[in-house]
Parts: sequence; C-alpha cells; structure tokens
Amino acid sequence: MAVISQTDFQKGKARRKWMGRAFHGLCLLSVGIALTMLAVLLVYLLIQGTTRINWSFLTSFASRHPDQAGIKAAMFGSIYVVIIAGVVAFTLGVATALYLEEYAARSKFARLAKINIANLAGVPSIVYGILGLEIFVRSLYLGKSVLAGGFTLALLVLPIVIVAASEAIQAVPPSLREGAYALGATRWQVVWRMVIPQAMPGIMTGVILAVSRALGETAPLIAMGALTFVPFTPDSPFSRFTVLPIQIFNWTSRPQEGFQEAAAAGIIVLLVVLLVMNAGAVILRARFQNKWEG
Amino acid sequence: MLPERVIAIFLFLCSFLSILITIGIVAVLLFEAISFFGEVSFLEFITGTRWTPLFSSKQFGVLALVAGTTLTAVLAMAVALPLGLLSAIYLSEYAPRKVRSTVKPTLEILAGIPTVVYGYFALLFVTPLLRGISEDIAVFNALSAAVVMGVMILPMVSSLSEDAMRAVPRTLREGAYALGSTKMEVSIFVVVPAALSGIASAFILAVSRAIGETMIVTIAAGQNPRFTLNPFVPIETMTAYIVQVSQGDTPAGSIEFKTIFAVALLLFVITLAMNLLSQYVVGRFREEYD
Repeated sequence: MAVISQTDFQKGKARRKWMGRAFHGLCLLSVGIALTMLAVLLVYLLIQGTTRINWSFLTSFASRHPDQAGIKAAMFGSIYVVIIAGVVAFTLGVATALYLEEYAARSKFARLAKINIANLAGVPSIVYGILGLEIFVRSLYLGKSVLAGGFTLALLVLPIVIVAASEAIQAVPPSLREGAYALGATRWQVVWRMVIPQAMPGIMTGVILAVSRALGETAPLIAMGALTFVPFTPDSPFSRFTVLPIQIFNWTSRPQEGFQEAAAAGIIVLLVVLLVMNAGAVILRARFQNKWEG
Repeated sequence: MLPERVIAIFLFLCSFLSILITIGIVAVLLFEAISFFGEVSFLEFITGTRWTPLFSSKQFGVLALVAGTTLTAVLAMAVALPLGLLSAIYLSEYAPRKVRSTVKPTLEILAGIPTVVYGYFALLFVTPLLRGISEDIAVFNALSAAVVMGVMILPMVSSLSEDAMRAVPRTLREGAYALGSTKMEVSIFVVVPAALSGIASAFILAVSRAIGETMIVTIAAGQNPRFTLNPFVPIETMTAYIVQVSQGDTPAGSIEFKTIFAVALLLFVITLAMNLLSQYVVGRFREEYD
C-alpha cells in the first residue's frame, strides 16, 4: 500500500476541498442559467406585448393592419377545440384507466396496452396531426373543422389522462373496495361509488394538465389543416377555425414589427390562461382532498 | 342500472382504442409511404442528400432533412445535458429542502411553455443577440433554434435525472462519506453512476423529444433543406418540412403531398426506436440495491 506524506495529504485535501467548492458553484450556476432564461423570456415578452393588450385586441378579428389585428377568432377556436379535446380525452382516458386497473389488472392485455400508451406519449405531436388529417378530415369526412381539430388533440393528450387516471386509481386503498364488496356491491358499483370519487382529484389534475398541453399545441393542428387567417368565429362543430398558437405563429413569421408585438400580446394571453388553469388544478386538488379526508 | 357486462365491454372498447391509435398511425403512414415509394426509389430517399420535392426538378434525398434534425438535436442536447445534469445534482445533493421545493417547480414551468412561444423567443430575441456577436450568422439558423430547444428540454433532463438520483439509497452516500469523500466526489463517483440507467433514459427521451420538436425549428431554423453541419446557416428539419407542406396548398394525392408521409414515417420510426431504447435502458441496466 502506498504511503503518502503528511504534507502531500494536506495538499491533496486542500485541492479536493477547493474543487468541491468549484463544483458546487458550477451546479448553482447551471440552475441559475436555467432560471435566468425563464426570467428573460417572460420579461422580454412583457416588454414586447403588454402595450398591445387592450379590449379591442381581445375582441377584434385578424387583420392586414397590425394595429387593428386581434385574437377573437383564435380565442374562440382555441376554446371550442380544447373543450372537445378535454371532454373526449377525459371520457376515453378514465374508461381506459378503469379497465386496465380495475377490470383487467395484471392481464397480458393490460401490460401490452400500458407499453403501447407509454410509446404513444413519445410520438411527436406533428405525427398526430397527420393521423388527424387522414382519419378525421379525409376518411370520416369531418373536414378541417373544429370537431376534427378537437378529436386530433384528444388523441394527442389521451396518454396524459390515462397515466394520471391510472395512478389515481392505483392510489385508492384496496380496503375501500373490499369493504364495498363485502357488503355485496357489484364491480361497477364499487368503481362508480368508491373508486371514481376517491380518484377524482388525481384524474382532474391529469385532465387539466392535458388540456393545458392541448391549448399550447400548434404543429398538429397545422398539419391537420387548421386555417391561419380567420375573420369569423366558428358557428358550428363543422366550421373551419384557427387557434391562438397558430395565430401567434402566423404573426411571428411576418416581418412587420407591429405583428410581432401582436404575437407577444397573444403569447401573454396564452400564458395567463395556462397559468390560471394550472393554479385551478392546484386549488381543485386541495379542495377535493379536504372533502374526502375530512 | 346498466348490466355489468355492457359496462365491462364499453370500458374494454375504450382501452382497445389506445391500441387502435398506434395501429392507425402505422397504417396511415405506411399506406401513403408505400404509394410514395412506388414513385421514388427507397434507395434514393434514404441515401440522397438533396431534398427538393417542391421544385420543378425534384430530388428526394431525405438526408438533407435528417442532417438538419440531427444538427439541431445534437446542439440542443449540448445545452440541455450539462445544464440539466448539473441542475439535477444541485437539486438532489446540494439544495436545502426549501430551495429545492421552489426551484424544481419553477424549472418545470419551462417545460409547460408552448413551443410556439420558444419559437418566437428564438427568432426575435436569441437570433438578434447571436447576430450581434457574429455577422456570419444568418437570420434563420440552427444554432438559435437549438439553444432555445435545449432550454425547453432542460427540465425534462433535470427532473428525470433528479428522480433517479434521489432513488439512490442513502447508505451508499454514507459509506463514501465515511471514507472521507467530499460532496463532489460522492455526487460524481457514487450517486451519478448508481443512477446512470435513469439518467441515460432521461437523456434518450430528451433526444427523442428534440427530434420531434416542431415549432421552434419551423420558426427559427429556416426552410432550406441542406446537407450540412454548419449551425450558422438556414436549414430544415423533418418536422419543419411537414409544416411547410401542410401550410401550402399542395393537392392531396400529388407526389409532393405524399412526401410528408414518408418523412413522418421516418420520424415515427426514429422516435419510437429511441423511446423503446430508453425503456430498455431503464429496465436492463438498473442497479438494484437492498
């Protein structure tokens, strides 16, 4: 075994201490850079867009004149599409999670379905756009409509809902189920009266996350064929539409500074809505939890 | 009350739909791609380096798009991997609990911002900044898009890596400390190796995410398919090409239209392979303790 002298040991110790401190600094710096980027992004957007936000920006249609352009059509489009996506993804997602966790748990089918869902979550969003174009727009003749857009986004966010709902259902204590079965409840009665209410906060959090994701998506709706210039609000599920992110994309791509300011203003509106929704998720979760734990 | 059986069948059909989605994606892409390869040789597609389906002299060398995708994904990872890993080490090993519980959700805000917002930021903030440093950088360039994309996927790398690091048992750290290790030595030589499968899988997922990312590169990286690794010139990625064709009025059924299915199929195969690899790495190389 090698023997090192006292002085060498002290020197080595000092060096290692110094390196340790430098490494700590480096780690802090990395987090600092990431947080700074977030701050710069938000401040830059506020500087660019705040002056442009006013009532007429929210209530005007798109325009060739940057100072008259507004987000009315895009906002209505976004709201309709996201509601459809949310309702469809909620229904399908919860039903799927219930089947995989309560009816077919540990079956071969459930295992296969779960691997499949994990992979679906990793499919690039633009591929869903192409799927939506071929299935909903062309094969089912829905056209490039609000309905087709909502369905496309529903498929895109379905894995998020399924995973959240599965976790929430798994977290329901088995004793509750067994208690109900002991009283002679049928499987569906157990699911409907015990499992779903208990799992609801987790499910709703997942749905809100899914809807936020749907609200921010641009690429799949472009691939599906949503419009970029819409001077009307959708008046039926079969109406053509645009959404806020596409409107922002369209304005960003234009050379005039006025449109870029409008894009920043649109982004601020989008981010505020996302923030409100996520805050809503947190509050909803807390409320539900109190109700059942109290 | 509905009969139990009907409910069970309804729930089964819903869960079967998730499998149908995968089948639908594969079928749709394959169907149109096969028709595309009836007109264009597969060899030309996969080995050619010039991509000009929208011009009159059409060439279908997808490597020009693959190069753009590779370039932006590699540069984005060059930003996201070191920053994400160091952030994860900080959060898992150094940060006091209070700091961690504020910093982690704040970082995750980055992952929740819509990609079109990052595209705006890349084109109108980062690009002018880069052009201030060097005039050789074009208005549309891979560098700006990739740096911003790196920031976007950073929280994915840091969150997943941190989860893996926190799952490393305390006893391993205690053992290393007892031998006189510094915190840095414990982090680098004990925690990171023990969490390597989780970190590697986070890394692969992040690459897959970078490859599939669309709006940042569409807005900031250009629409010029180019077989190059020069980050200062306009390029085009596979995803951006699909958007470009979707935005135009290319008639359905034309060869130009069919190209997006061939490109999307390639994109799907690449990302699927990476996602499967990521799952395999987590399962196969997990270090088991206790």
